[in-house]
Amino acid sequence: MGITDWIEIGRMDELGRMDTPAHRLDARAKAIVTLAFIVVVMSFPRHDVSALTPFLLYPIALISLGRIPVGYLARKILIAAPFALFIGIFNPLLDRTPVTTIGTVAISGGWVSFGSIMFRFFLTVGAALALVACTGMNRLGAALERLGVPRVFVVQLLFLYRYLFVVSDQAGKMKRSAEMRSSGRPLRLRVYGSMIGHLLLRSMDRAERVYRAMVARGFDGEVRVLRPSSFVWSDAIFVAGCLLFFVSARLWNLAEAFGRLLTGGAM
Amino acid sequence: MHMADALISPAVGGTMWAISGGLIAYCANKVKTSIRDNLVPMMGVLGAFIFAAQMINFSIPGTGSSGHLGGGLILTALLGPYAAFLVMASVLTVQAFFFADGGLLALGCNIFNLGFFPAFVAYPLIYRAFVKGQYGTSRAWVGAIIAAVVGLQLGAFSVVLETKASGISELPFGTFVLMMLPIHLAIGVVEGLATAAVVSFVARARPEALQTAPASEASVSLRPVLIGLAIAAVIMGGVASWFASTHPDGLEWSMAKVSGKEELESPGDGIHKSLAEVQERTAFLPDYGFKSGEAAPETATPAEHAAAPEPEPWPAVNAGTSVAGIVGGLMTLALACLIGIALRARSIQRTCGNG
Repeated sequence: MGITDWIEIGRMDELGRMDTPAHRLDARAKAIVTLAFIVVVMSFPRHDVSALTPFLLYPIALISLGRIPVGYLARKILIAAPFALFIGIFNPLLDRTPVTTIGTVAISGGWVSFGSIMFRFFLTVGAALALVACTGMNRLGAALERLGVPRVFVVQLLFLYRYLFVVSDQAGKMKRSAEMRSSGRPLRLRVYGSMIGHLLLRSMDRAERVYRAMVARGFDGEVRVLRPSSFVWSDAIFVAGCLLFFVSARLWNLAEAFGRLLTGGAM
Repeated sequence: MHMADALISPAVGGTMWAISGGLIAYCANKVKTSIRDNLVPMMGVLGAFIFAAQMINFSIPGTGSSGHLGGGLILTALLGPYAAFLVMASVLTVQAFFFADGGLLALGCNIFNLGFFPAFVAYPLIYRAFVKGQYGTSRAWVGAIIAAVVGLQLGAFSVVLETKASGISELPFGTFVLMMLPIHLAIGVVEGLATAAVVSFVARARPEALQTAPASEASVSLRPVLIGLAIAAVIMGGVASWFASTHPDGLEWSMAKVSGKEELESPGDGIHKSLAEVQERTAFLPDYGFKSGEAAPETATPAEHAAAPEPEPWPAVNAGTSVAGIVGGLMTLALACLIGIALRARSIQRTCGNG
């Protein structure tokens, strides 16, 4: 996890505070629809590719309505890709049954399922990142609380998020000063232990100060989460429309029907 | 070690969501009744600390590579298992939200694999038993390494189980285990070294910090551990036997018969391999349509499979369907992009109009 990642998370935070049609949707509605999206996408049999293509519409709609820079999101998705790639690449090696042909080239089942895994990876990761980018952590936290996630956990998420920037800034400074003194040599374990230990003690001191400041402002052990948005009829239409689309795209292969229409009904 | 959504089936993802959700609710309840008010800011800041600590690497002696702190063990040492589990869960959630490190459907799996084992198994059963409050001694170093290794091995093994139960990857069980466990043995040693180094520093610089976890919380009772493991085992067993025992319906069984391909099958691979093969054959039916219940294709016993005759040319190759699927898929992608461009233009227009 390098310094650049922290600039990235700051960018994500900025995106979350924009005001667009996608941002104005209720966070609960977006959270529910995104989760439903991922479940439906992952419920397809593993050799489907074309039936999955209509699902691209949902992340694209969120990204476009939320005016999220596509290149930025695509780069984030690519950074996360190695795990799926690493596990998925075994499918073409292990499953060599030819299942379809393009021209004269036979395509094996493994390559089809590998393509399916990678496409699903782009869909699910894209949808999750788009959700966060057009909701922001604070609204998302409030939505989670209203959806029944334990308050203690929601408060923990928001606290963690708030101090992420502060503590990592401190860590970045310590890292830089250590690098300057050691002329770029990697840290030895003993030095590492003291450095991280110092960071830990400073963090704990900070928590103590934060706690005192909270008590001074009337903290009674209960944290109130702000609830900025309310669920209005346009949110209900958004949820219903998306779910209807997911269900119909799950039941019928819309892409193939479309293709048949274009190629003059080969079936 | 963070699992991605693309390799998880909804059944496995949902099950692990339920288990991790239950654990979060249980721990949240425990933390709420705790007398330590400052636990709330402490947990939040320490979660941020775990993130920040991962920015700094140390060189691993004798190798050219470097490692960093994972965090589960040290959090448990500082906060006790319940609060530490919540902090790990929140760290993993933020990683999934902002770094796409592990997916949303896979979040339950990741919280269980990386949060449950260090907090409720490795720390109370191994680390505490070894170290007994003597931080900085060689005992403490050995204990930290063993605890970290065991925690990560259990986590890695459940990654394998969850991936196999999802049935999306073709990797055979044995190969997958042989791939995951040695890698996580190394990661575990690094994690143990990093934890011990930090703990021994804190023990010297500010010993009272390590005793902040109240005794009643630190001595975790075995009950939640056993209940958690039992639920996971029952569900995993249930999923496995459900895949193994149901019989395929006639159509799928005959499909399997005309297109068997045992010569690709290595003998020791067992049920999952043959299940996987039957599924991959049946998933590509000539009509290419939706089949209700993906569970059905996953069902065949090895005996039935072995009865299949020599392979014949693949029956499902139908140029018409393939072309329609490919053309339709490509056109749908193009259409989705066009709609996206139109929506963006509209979104900008509307905001400008409002402003």
